[in-house]
Amino acid sequence: MSENIPTWGLLAQYEDPHSIYQACEQVRDAGYQQWDACAPFPVHGLDRAMGVKPSRLPWIVLVVGLVGSALGLWLQAWTSGSAYPFITGGKPLFSLPAFVPVWYEMTVLASCLAAFFGNWILNGLPRLHHPAFASRAFERATDDKFFIMIEAADPKFDLAQTEALLKSTGATHVEVLEP
Amino acid sequence: MATANPTTLPDDPKLRGDVVLDEQTGGREPLVRGDYTFHDITERVLAVNEKPIAQTPSPFKFGIALAAAGFAMFGGYVGYLIWEGPGIWGNNTPVAWAWDIVNFVFWVGIGHAGTLISAILYLFRQKWRTSINRYAEAMTIFAVLAAGSCVVLHTGRVWMDYYLFPIPNQMGLWPNFRSPLEWDVFAVNTYLTVSLLFWFTGLVPDFATLRDRATVKWRRLFYGILSLGWRGSMRHWVTYEKAYQILAGFSAPLVLSVHTIVSFDFAVSQLPGWHTTIFPPYFVAGAIFSGFAMVLTLMIPAREWLGLKDLVTVKHIENMNKIILVTGSMVGYAYGMEFFVAAYSGNQYEGFTFINRAGGPYWWAYWIMMTCNVITPQLFWFKKFRTNVKLTFVLSIFVNIGMWFERFVITVTSLHRDALVSSWDYFVPVTEVLFLTGTFGLFFFLFLLFIRFFPVMAMSEVKGVMPQANPHWEGYQHGQHGHGASGAVPAGAVAQKDL
Repeated sequence: MSENIPTWGLLAQYEDPHSIYQACEQVRDAGYQQWDACAPFPVHGLDRAMGVKPSRLPWIVLVVGLVGSALGLWLQAWTSGSAYPFITGGKPLFSLPAFVPVWYEMTVLASCLAAFFGNWILNGLPRLHHPAFASRAFERATDDKFFIMIEAADPKFDLAQTEALLKSTGATHVEVLEP
Repeated sequence: MATANPTTLPDDPKLRGDVVLDEQTGGREPLVRGDYTFHDITERVLAVNEKPIAQTPSPFKFGIALAAAGFAMFGGYVGYLIWEGPGIWGNNTPVAWAWDIVNFVFWVGIGHAGTLISAILYLFRQKWRTSINRYAEAMTIFAVLAAGSCVVLHTGRVWMDYYLFPIPNQMGLWPNFRSPLEWDVFAVNTYLTVSLLFWFTGLVPDFATLRDRATVKWRRLFYGILSLGWRGSMRHWVTYEKAYQILAGFSAPLVLSVHTIVSFDFAVSQLPGWHTTIFPPYFVAGAIFSGFAMVLTLMIPAREWLGLKDLVTVKHIENMNKIILVTGSMVGYAYGMEFFVAAYSGNQYEGFTFINRAGGPYWWAYWIMMTCNVITPQLFWFKKFRTNVKLTFVLSIFVNIGMWFERFVITVTSLHRDALVSSWDYFVPVTEVLFLTGTFGLFFFLFLLFIRFFPVMAMSEVKGVMPQANPHWEGYQHGQHGHGASGAVPAGAVAQKDL
């Protein structure tokens, strides 16, 4: 292939979870940083084989959930105790037991919104285009094939060597991705 | 029976003769039957979605036309209701709550099974849920929409419904947060929102499959936008699975809280027949009971028509029947306990209410409820009946009927005998049948559209529970399964047939 074509990275195809698992261990051990594996379902243990760190999402959910919880309680206390003080059923203005259901629902709502949006934001989605989408083979990544892509931006990336590494790990098909 | 559908193997594992209870499944029957490859799952599940619009099967066209007619009728009925007001119903003092609330509780209860399957069974690692969770979740959302339309419309002046929300207004008024009806507004809205987020999160990887297989431009665009550019990246899956777990973790107690709060609408009042502490658990059990019945009612024809009998097996139906048996018996226990507490309390109003329920003017409603909810589900003690698909279908419809009548019994019979005999009345519906039919039209219209255009099964999850999804599956070690182009497993008996 011509040297003039800019390279985004290399895409290698594997046929089953077993071979991509072993390939990921080898790519990880070769010291690559900017690379990824794609699978039609989360392959059990593959994140560890790749050396991916656990997600930060739970911390985001915790913080947003606590803020939503506080807002939920404050909303009730302020509206029925301060903004328009009104005695209902002889209860005190701040009647905590009666506020529990809405307080709880607000906590759940805030946490779930945080989990939902946090998931997409941390993953950089929506992103409707990606260099791998140019590959015909990659269309099976959401069906039954497994892929590794190593980015040219990786300091260890070398077209010939990386390609040799991917082929040695049992890839059935390797192709160059353009940006 | 065995030759009725040539592409599907018989339901009975003994007839198939190929079910091996191996170590992979812990001695259990496999969740996906037959030698399916990952690609076969994709083909099977998406077969109905990928048919060109012009080739939509005619039973489907007929079904959606019928549902659309029901939905259109509902639209007309809502216009009539808004124009005339709730006077077009039979509701009047003392029966101020009738079919409007009955329908609301009925629909919101049905929704609960979807969340139970998707969240609680997920947290308990019940892998069999993967074949049924998607349309159970869809059912939840459409059922909650139907329920929501009942409560939104029952207020009478629907243009004042914004009063339900804490919106700053010119009068400086706020909702009364000490009212169970206000708790209900928050519970149902949170429930609808969270169910939608959960459902959509699960759908994204499957939308990506549809996008990648699209052959027409509109499909590529439509599913491309819905899939948010999902590419199956393992780094994404890590966060995605965490998000899914968190959503499941919050949904599980949420589903219990929602029907608890619905029961507070009754239990916090002072009315004999409503003012009981057993209501929250009894309502939650009833909700799960009715919801599982509705899932079966929808699923049994769907697996037949969509050719998904190997993915939704008799084992799934049997498991669901067990849950129906348990929750049905819990509901039966609650019916008995209500009578016991009424007698034990020595309160004559309470005692009268319950004797009046079973033997008063609405005795027929009470006994329909008892028959459909308590007596007929007891057949599921026997494996022969649990694994009988046709019988299950009939009994699931019985449960739907019985649970509608349960809400009717609770709401109407408790109200129609007021404290003063001069205020007694007998409620008769006027146009409410159209209201109920209309909500069914809305529900089925959305549900059929969902089946046609969205993947009915969580493909990525089903693939994940297949034995070859495990990178350490022993089939890989022995080398007997080649890494051929056809997939991880050699083309078996089923894979060779045209799927």
